[in-house]
Amino acid sequence: MKIGVLALQGDFDAHRRRLEELGADVVLVKKAEQLDEIEGLVIPGGESGTFLKLLGEAGFEKLKQFVHAKPTFGTCAGAILLAAEVENPKQAGLGALDIRIRRNAYGRQIDSSIREGRFLAEKPGDSRIEMVFIRAPKIERVGPGVEVIATEGSDPVAVRQGRVMAATFHPELSDDTRVHQAFLDLCGADTPVRRL
Amino acid sequence: MSQNNGSSTSLRLKTGLAEMLKGGVIMDVTNAEQATIAEKAGAVAVMALERVPAQIRAEGGVARMASPKKIREIMAAVSIPVMAKCRIGHFAEAQILQELGVDYIDESEVLTPADEAHHVDKHAFKVPFVCGARNLGEALRRIAEGACMIRTKGEAGTGDVVHAVKHIRQIVQEMKILTVLSEEELYAKAKEHQAPYELVRIVAKAGKLPVPNFSAGGIATPADASLVMQLGAEAVFVGSGIFMKDSTTFADPQEAEKRARAIVKAATHYNDPKVLLEVSEDLAGAMKGLAVAGLDEAHMLQTRGW
Repeated sequence: MKIGVLALQGDFDAHRRRLEELGADVVLVKKAEQLDEIEGLVIPGGESGTFLKLLGEAGFEKLKQFVHAKPTFGTCAGAILLAAEVENPKQAGLGALDIRIRRNAYGRQIDSSIREGRFLAEKPGDSRIEMVFIRAPKIERVGPGVEVIATEGSDPVAVRQGRVMAATFHPELSDDTRVHQAFLDLCGADTPVRRL
Repeated sequence: MSQNNGSSTSLRLKTGLAEMLKGGVIMDVTNAEQATIAEKAGAVAVMALERVPAQIRAEGGVARMASPKKIREIMAAVSIPVMAKCRIGHFAEAQILQELGVDYIDESEVLTPADEAHHVDKHAFKVPFVCGARNLGEALRRIAEGACMIRTKGEAGTGDVVHAVKHIRQIVQEMKILTVLSEEELYAKAKEHQAPYELVRIVAKAGKLPVPNFSAGGIATPADASLVMQLGAEAVFVGSGIFMKDSTTFADPQEAEKRARAIVKAATHYNDPKVLLEVSEDLAGAMKGLAVAGLDEAHMLQTRGW
């Protein structure tokens, strides 16, 4: 299965390594036309504003079509890009997830942290999982069609709507492979909404 | 000093932010207006300064940490990470910058060194540090002290890329050599590089630094950014090259923004000559600059650091 990682900027290489470790055939996507070659896409961490500048209007529209049609997974800046509403400051979102997300909601780098949360999409068993938050955003509103798949304390930190997933933390920076595996499972699923 | 933050958790968070900056451009700015231009152009972070390196070079005098008021003004203007420089060895400036809440500290040779033998013990801080290096030994000494990102020193404030190239080539070549040496040869190499054996061994195994490796010092055009990235840099710092016309006058803001945008695109598409041509064609010119070959050793910033 060919999975793209948006490689305009950010920690795309960490995602590439993880996906390859799990057996995916990874393509680093720098140009909009490369979206035609892939089955699923990961939007990495980085600076969401920089992604928007580098996409340009045409790239943004093409990416919007893709994320509304094919499985996509965004972490941190990627989650911001996928959201319907972005705050602090307001910026354009792809609208693939009916959520409101606030950038830099924990504060500055000094407030970055590694915490333990729960990954609920896992089959019964241990749902505890390490979460790396770096200048992370917070999900402030979760729309009716959106399922919360991970929590940290009482905060939703990963969500899914149809075949689009997002996490405000960075599973690509932890050794645990469960979150990426869940995304690859989603890429293989043929129904638009899969019950986990 | 604050509690020991040299734990692996702390290191992972510090290098984690550097991971997020990869493929991007970090721009030197001296006020909120320039910071806003940088952010609008797609910078992944800004370096808040009192004066850019070209001005420091031209004006002389002692160059110190920027005033906290100025840094605060820049932090308020943008939503991207804000870095600031402290003098080599000046841990009190670093403590002030950490208290201020900057996202990264550059312990920089561009400022006048405060200590002729010691660098800051960067493990003692929660905020991550970037340091300059001219060769692998210097890079590993900084990493041993807790730096979580290395950048080439190049020759700051010149707009001449020649030493950024020299330093990235040097570091990359020295790493390549380590990968083919036997175990006992690594001990001798550690001595030669004046670097901790454990770090030498890590590089020998991985073929790369254990922290992100960026480039700085004289990068002034999209082609320069592409050059250092093709040589192995993972992101670029652009100092005087964007906002300066020459050593003492600022470029027109619109021109600066165009240059900034072009360099951002060049960093992403560094191996795509078609895009590089497109973004280069749009520019009126680059900063006048100062040829490094004409500088005598006493005027070089890169020799600062031990």
